[in-house]
Amino acid sequence: MEILVCVKRVPDTAENEIEVNRDGSDIERDDLVYSVNEWDNYAVEEAIQIRDKVGGAVTVVTVGDEEAEEVLRREMAMGADHGVHLMDDAFEGSDGRAVAAILKAEIEKGSYDLVLTGAMADDGAGQVGGMLAAMLDWPYASVVNKIEVTDGNKIRVGREIEGGNQEMSDIELPCVLSIQTGINEPRYVGIRGIRKVASVDIPVHGTSDLGLAGDTLGAAGARVKRVDYFVPELGEGAEMLEGSTEEIIDKLIELLKAKGGIK
Amino acid sequence: MAGQLFAYIAHKNGVADDSALELVTAAAKIQADTGATALVVGSGGDLDTVCNEMAASFEQVWKFDHQALSYPNAEVIRKLLAGLLPADAMILLPHDTFGMDLGPGLSVKMDSAYVPDVVAIEGLEGDQLKAVRQEYSGMVSTHVNCNVGGGAVLTCRPGSFPADESRSAGGQVVDKSSEIGDLTVRRQYIEVVAAEVGDVDITKEDVLVSVGRGIEDQDNIEIAEDLAKAIGSVVSCSRPIVDAKWLEKSRQVGTSGQTVKPKVYLALGISGSFQHMGGIKGNPFIVAVNKNPKAPIFQVADVGVVADILDFIPELTEKIQESK
Repeated sequence: MEILVCVKRVPDTAENEIEVNRDGSDIERDDLVYSVNEWDNYAVEEAIQIRDKVGGAVTVVTVGDEEAEEVLRREMAMGADHGVHLMDDAFEGSDGRAVAAILKAEIEKGSYDLVLTGAMADDGAGQVGGMLAAMLDWPYASVVNKIEVTDGNKIRVGREIEGGNQEMSDIELPCVLSIQTGINEPRYVGIRGIRKVASVDIPVHGTSDLGLAGDTLGAAGARVKRVDYFVPELGEGAEMLEGSTEEIIDKLIELLKAKGGIK
Repeated sequence: MAGQLFAYIAHKNGVADDSALELVTAAAKIQADTGATALVVGSGGDLDTVCNEMAASFEQVWKFDHQALSYPNAEVIRKLLAGLLPADAMILLPHDTFGMDLGPGLSVKMDSAYVPDVVAIEGLEGDQLKAVRQEYSGMVSTHVNCNVGGGAVLTCRPGSFPADESRSAGGQVVDKSSEIGDLTVRRQYIEVVAAEVGDVDITKEDVLVSVGRGIEDQDNIEIAEDLAKAIGSVVSCSRPIVDAKWLEKSRQVGTSGQTVKPKVYLALGISGSFQHMGGIKGNPFIVAVNKNPKAPIFQVADVGVVADILDFIPELTEKIQESK
C-alpha cells in the first residue's frame, strides 16, 4: 500500500508556555521549542505499521518553511521511506483550505492508496484532512483510532466518538483518514536514527512544480482571517493559594474537608 | 447580503442533542431577526418527534427522512446537504466528532468558508462575520473575520453558547424528503462498539483525584493512587495518560471518555482543555495544581496552586495521613 502522511511542525505545547506577543499580532515565538504535531506522529507510526504488515511505502509530506524539514527527517528516522517538502514564498500565511489545495496537487502527482493526517494541530481547527478528501473526491473518516487492513479495496476503520465509544465503518480506497492520538504507541526516535537520514535527499516542490496559482494561496487567498491574538478574561478564575508549601497544604486540607473531599 | 442561515440538529432516539438549543443562541448572534432554519435529518418515526420539538425553537424546520439517513454518517449527510442547500447558505454545526467529520468537506463541496470550533460570535456586519476561536489547547484566543458572502460552515463548540429555551417559535415543519437525490457513498457504517467497562466506575465517585500530563511518568501514577487512598477516592485522568497506556480508558474524564459528576475534583497536572472540562458536570469544587501559572485550568478552577505535582502530591498525602 502506498501511504502518504501529512505532517506539520508546530510549537510544542507540552514544552512551552504559549503567550501573546506585545502587539497581539502573533504568539511570542522567541525561544519556542518546536516539534512534530503530536497527532501526526501517531499517523506516521500507524502508516509504518500498515506498511510492515502489507508492504508498500510510506511518504511523509509537509507544507512549511525551511525549518519544517527537520520534522520530515524525524519521521523518516521513525521509518518513513520518503519525504517531500512543499515550500514556496507563495504558501506563507496559507489557511487550512490553501494547505489542503497544495497537498492535493502533490497527491495527484503520485498514486497513493491511503492519505493520513493528524486529527488536529496547533490551531485546533482539524480541517485539512476533510477538505483534502472533498477536493480529491475521496471518502473521509475523522478521529480514527483503529485501522484494520483487509483484502481488496476496502479497509475497516474505527472513529472515536463521544463517551469513549467507537464507530466502525468500511471505507473504500483511496481515502483520507485523520488520526486520533492513542491509536498506537509511536516508537522512540534517537539521535542516531536522525543522523542516519540526515543526508537523504528530500525533494522540494513549489507552485510551478505543483501547477498551482500563487494568488489563491498564502495570506491573500485566505477566506478566514485571524485579526489578533488575545487572552480572554474568563470570570474570576481560581482563588490562588499562596505562601509556603506547608501553609498551602494546610489551607487546602481545610478547604477539602469543608467541601467533603476527604472521607 | 449574507445567505440563509441553517442549524444542523443532532439527535438520537427521538431526542435532540443539547447542542440544538445552543445553536439557537449562536444563530441569534448572526441574524437576530430571522433566525435559522433547523435541519433535521434521519429516518423513521423518531424524526417527527425531533421536528416537533425543534419547531418550538425554530421558525422553520426542514425534515429529511430517508432509510440511508438512519445513522448519521457524515459522508451521506454531506452529500445530502451539498446537493440541497443554497450555495450561499450559512450552516451551523456542533463542534463534536460528527461536526468535525462533516464540516471541512462540506465547506469545500459548498465552496464556502469554514470557521471551526467557534467559541463566541461577535456579529455580522455586511458580509463580514466576526467570531472568536482558541488555539494551542486554549492557551490563547483569536478574533477571526470571515467573508460569508459566498456561504460559510461554522462549527460551534459545545457548552460555549448558553442553550436558549425561551423561544416559542411555533415553527413550521417542511418535509423536504422528496428532494433527496442519490445518497451513495464509499463509507459504510457498520456498528458502534460501546466503551469498555473498567474495574472502577469513576462516574459514581463523589471525589476524584485526576492526573494529567504533569505526572510525567507511569511510575508516578502511584503517588496519585496514594493520595486517592488517603482521602477515600479513586484516580481518574485526562487523555494523554490513556494515550500513553498508563491508565485504562475507563478512567478518562472528557468528551471522548467518561462524563463525571463529583462533588470535589482535584485536577493535578491537567492543563484543562475544553475536551477534558466537557466531561465534568454538576459544578464540582475544582482544585487545580499545575506548575504552569497560565494553564487554562486556573480559569475554571475554584482553588489553584502553582506547584510541580510530583513534589506537591506526596507532601499533601503525608499531611492528610497525619491529620487523620
